[in-house]
Amino acid sequence: MSKTATGAVLVATAVVLAFVPWWAPGYRTTLATEMLIFALLAMSIDILEGYAGRTTLCHGALFGVSAYVLLYHVVELSGSLWGGVVLGVIVSTVLAAIFAMLAVRTTGVYFLLLTLALGMIVWGVCLRWSTVTGGENGIRGRVRPEMLSDPSSFYYFVLIIFVVLAALMWRFVNSPFGRTLQGIRESESRMRTLGYNVHLHLFIGFVVSGFFAGVAGVLYGFFNNFVSPASVGLNQSVTGLLMTLVGGAGTLLGGLIGAIVIISLQVFVSEYTERWSMVLGLMFIVIIIFAPEGAIGKLRQLFAARVPRPASPSIRTK
Amino acid sequence: MTVYQVLNGATFAALLFVVASGFTLIFGLMRIINLAHGSIYLFGGYIGLTVALWTGSFTVAALAAVISMAVAGFALDQGLLRFGRSSERQQVLLTLGAGLMANDLALVIWGGDVFTVPVPAFLQGPLFFGGIVYPKYRLFVLLVGILILIGLWLLLQRTRLGILIRAGVDDVEMVEAMGIDIRRVFIQTFMLGCALAGLAGVLGGAFLTLYPTADVEILVYSLAVVIIGGQGSLIGAALGSLFVGMLATFGQVWFPELAYFVIFGPMAVLLAFRPLGLFGRARA
Repeated sequence: MSKTATGAVLVATAVVLAFVPWWAPGYRTTLATEMLIFALLAMSIDILEGYAGRTTLCHGALFGVSAYVLLYHVVELSGSLWGGVVLGVIVSTVLAAIFAMLAVRTTGVYFLLLTLALGMIVWGVCLRWSTVTGGENGIRGRVRPEMLSDPSSFYYFVLIIFVVLAALMWRFVNSPFGRTLQGIRESESRMRTLGYNVHLHLFIGFVVSGFFAGVAGVLYGFFNNFVSPASVGLNQSVTGLLMTLVGGAGTLLGGLIGAIVIISLQVFVSEYTERWSMVLGLMFIVIIIFAPEGAIGKLRQLFAARVPRPASPSIRTK
Repeated sequence: MTVYQVLNGATFAALLFVVASGFTLIFGLMRIINLAHGSIYLFGGYIGLTVALWTGSFTVAALAAVISMAVAGFALDQGLLRFGRSSERQQVLLTLGAGLMANDLALVIWGGDVFTVPVPAFLQGPLFFGGIVYPKYRLFVLLVGILILIGLWLLLQRTRLGILIRAGVDDVEMVEAMGIDIRRVFIQTFMLGCALAGLAGVLGGAFLTLYPTADVEILVYSLAVVIIGGQGSLIGAALGSLFVGMLATFGQVWFPELAYFVIFGPMAVLLAFRPLGLFGRARA
């Protein structure tokens, strides 16, 4: 897409998003809020998936942990709200740093396996450490500020944060540093030969990505006023990854499309059947087989065959 | 009391070994992690349960689980993974999708209740030896684990398939270049791994019980075993299982709420020094 076309799409998206409470009031505004929150999660995953070429399965855990910290701080410790928010994001970021230290030295499938195991440990701890996490029942309590209690003001609150964070992420992946991540995706050995500290760059990319997942998680805590082991579980990581893939890895804003598609589908499917996991698994398989380049990539392929595409993340040299 | 805990750890380790040995062989040879492995374990357990209730025979139940899960492995490899042959990451994500679907399917068929696979009469009750009283069945699981370790070792050392697997773990291209149909070795290994997971489902279903999230739990333990032991190594899987089994058991005694974390700590330390696990080797 040319620069003007991208700009036009961005402006159109901004206009549509700005007026959601008008054209889709009430429950649908709430859904739109959820989509924005999950879009942030999907975009944070995309920093690693699409730009650094590392598939992560622990971001659901990083996302949910900040919600846990927020709710625990506010509900169980009666701490201040914004203290809980800051702590939640800090804990997610520190956890991301610990995970990153262990994971950045691995590549490909091994990276995926390790992040999966690390994320599952968070899930196991949240499930079993019931004196703190409430076990299977989770933690429930009003953490969303009073002034954000109606759907439309909460929507605008989330929208503003979404726009700011999306701009930051956009800036990050398109910065010279972001380019080095793409370089690592294409060829780790070449980047190392060029003198880059590959592990350090991946580490920073991972921590930044974890920070954004953490912020999204705090919003999720506000959104639900509730957190349970399911919030940090594998399904959460898989859902986030699926959103990234549906929107197209390496497009960043594709995460928004992915979140809109998946959450709409979830609402639609839930009306007919309780088998959401089944549909999620099926969607995952279908996307992996038929459209690994995602919805945006597929559309580009279909409508703009002559425009050169950015290198797909699946193309990697040893 | 401590002897009792050590036995608990050892018997749990034996079960973990049965699950993780197949997992690590598939990983080492085919370079893919089968994220549906936990679901295969759970399905094996449920099928064993159904057959055991129907026929009243534990042996028939175990056989049914082994055979049906080997067939499921064949179907998974031929029906699904073939669409992702170009990249290992794609195949792993396909197994993840399949695992989610299988887990939900199990919930539809067997519901969310907790089940225990019935064990034969001669394995019920405690065994008295040297002043210790210990459930016979758990000792039986330990025995099965050891027999499977010996069996797999013989398979890898003495049979043509085993030699091809070991060669493939080291260098797939070279094996292919020698005119071996590596796909056949792949599928046989995949089926073997799934059969072992199915067997473990029956064995574990009798003392750990079967419930909807059991698949994820056993998968995490298997991941830990492979991360510690290193991919594709039988000895690594055995030592990893022993390590994880003991940690999980003692962790549950000492820090009941943080048992998961107790596995994580040593794993993290190990990874800091050996990113590929105890017996993992870097690839060319």
